[in-house]
Amino acid sequence: MQLRTRTKILPIVLLAAGLAWIFLSADRSGTLAGGRPPAPQEGFPAPDFTLATTTGREVTLSELRGQVALVNFWATWCPPCRSEMAAIQEVYDRYMERGFVVLAVNATRQDTLSSIAPFTDEFGLTFPIPLDVSGAVERLYEVKSLPTSFFIDAAGVIREVVIGGPMSEALLQSIVEGLLE
Amino acid sequence: MPADLQNFFAPPRHLVFVILALWLGQILANRSCGKRGVPAGQLENLVMASLLAGILGGRLTYALLHLEAFLADPLGLVSLNLELFSPWGGLACGFLVGWIFSSRKSLPPWDILDSLTPFLAVLAIGVGLSHLASGLAFGAPTSLPWGIEQWGTIRHPSQAYETLAAASVLALFWRQFARTERPGLLFLRFAAWTCGLSLFLAAFRGDSALLQSGLRLEQIAAWAGLVLSMLGIHLRAANKPVEGRGRHDA
Repeated sequence: MQLRTRTKILPIVLLAAGLAWIFLSADRSGTLAGGRPPAPQEGFPAPDFTLATTTGREVTLSELRGQVALVNFWATWCPPCRSEMAAIQEVYDRYMERGFVVLAVNATRQDTLSSIAPFTDEFGLTFPIPLDVSGAVERLYEVKSLPTSFFIDAAGVIREVVIGGPMSEALLQSIVEGLLE
Repeated sequence: MPADLQNFFAPPRHLVFVILALWLGQILANRSCGKRGVPAGQLENLVMASLLAGILGGRLTYALLHLEAFLADPLGLVSLNLELFSPWGGLACGFLVGWIFSSRKSLPPWDILDSLTPFLAVLAIGVGLSHLASGLAFGAPTSLPWGIEQWGTIRHPSQAYETLAAASVLALFWRQFARTERPGLLFLRFAAWTCGLSLFLAAFRGDSALLQSGLRLEQIAAWAGLVLSMLGIHLRAANKPVEGRGRHDA
């Protein structure tokens, strides 16, 4: 009889303890949702950087706040980078007027400067190409393979990280559409 | 995890742990399913059909949700981009095909779930290891001495907690995999333990989806899972087998 009562009570006690734990461990102070340091990870503010572009102009990521940004790390020798550039240009042309910007950061430390201009001419790239000569931005974004792309929303928070490629036009469009809505 | 090893298993290579777990889990499930009256070949076919349906269904659901993008680039349907995937769509399609398959082959549902328990237990470890390698499912900030530096903050090693919990559940149930009892009880007990541990450990996660009140959605889902599995245990245990009927009808 005692055992029967215990087996009936135990599940109720466990479920009540579970409920209590849910309320005790709730994030009421908002520490999880806000106050995250910049980091190259989904849900974190994008680390800021300033780089000179191929045209000599300086571009700073934080100055693009309010727009949806794609930060794409690439090099001319990298086949998937070549394969996805046309799609990036296509989507850039389609959404530029709605506030979509592309920063195609060239991993210049592992590329040759002289091969960049023929590459951009070949694909007719019209978005800014910042040159990461020292590799500092690559390290800041913990880029382990090329291409790597970070999709950043209007508030400057990374919403999607795509490692490797090539990215299809469908992927680019679906992510950008979602962020612009 | 040492830096070199972490680089080696950096995304998307972290999925190697999930694939390895699928393979090992299937081997383990095949070893014990015969005792439950489920032929190993049928179980393998069921898992393969569900996995394929999950993969295709996840991609097709994503395409349906982003129809305009796929109309502009139909070849995107066969793209190698793993991001073109809807997890909920994949799960729903996998379950649906698994259910249709087992119904058509007249496979007993509770015995199928019991047979799949070792598979699910190993898969949970694989998922934990893949989180550990990729840095996903990261922990909440902490000042505890065993905290790890991740994304600029000292955090709970929540992926290690998750992996250890899954390994503990596998160890706890190891001897029970070969044991036959009332069909469904093994799976329901496994589900109850898994949901209970998830409910406890989700409190240390730093990436939880939160409700307005700060409550974590994962914990609420785990609590609901715990209620259902406990209710299932109660009903299955109380359901006495009828004289003269097969054990699958019990």
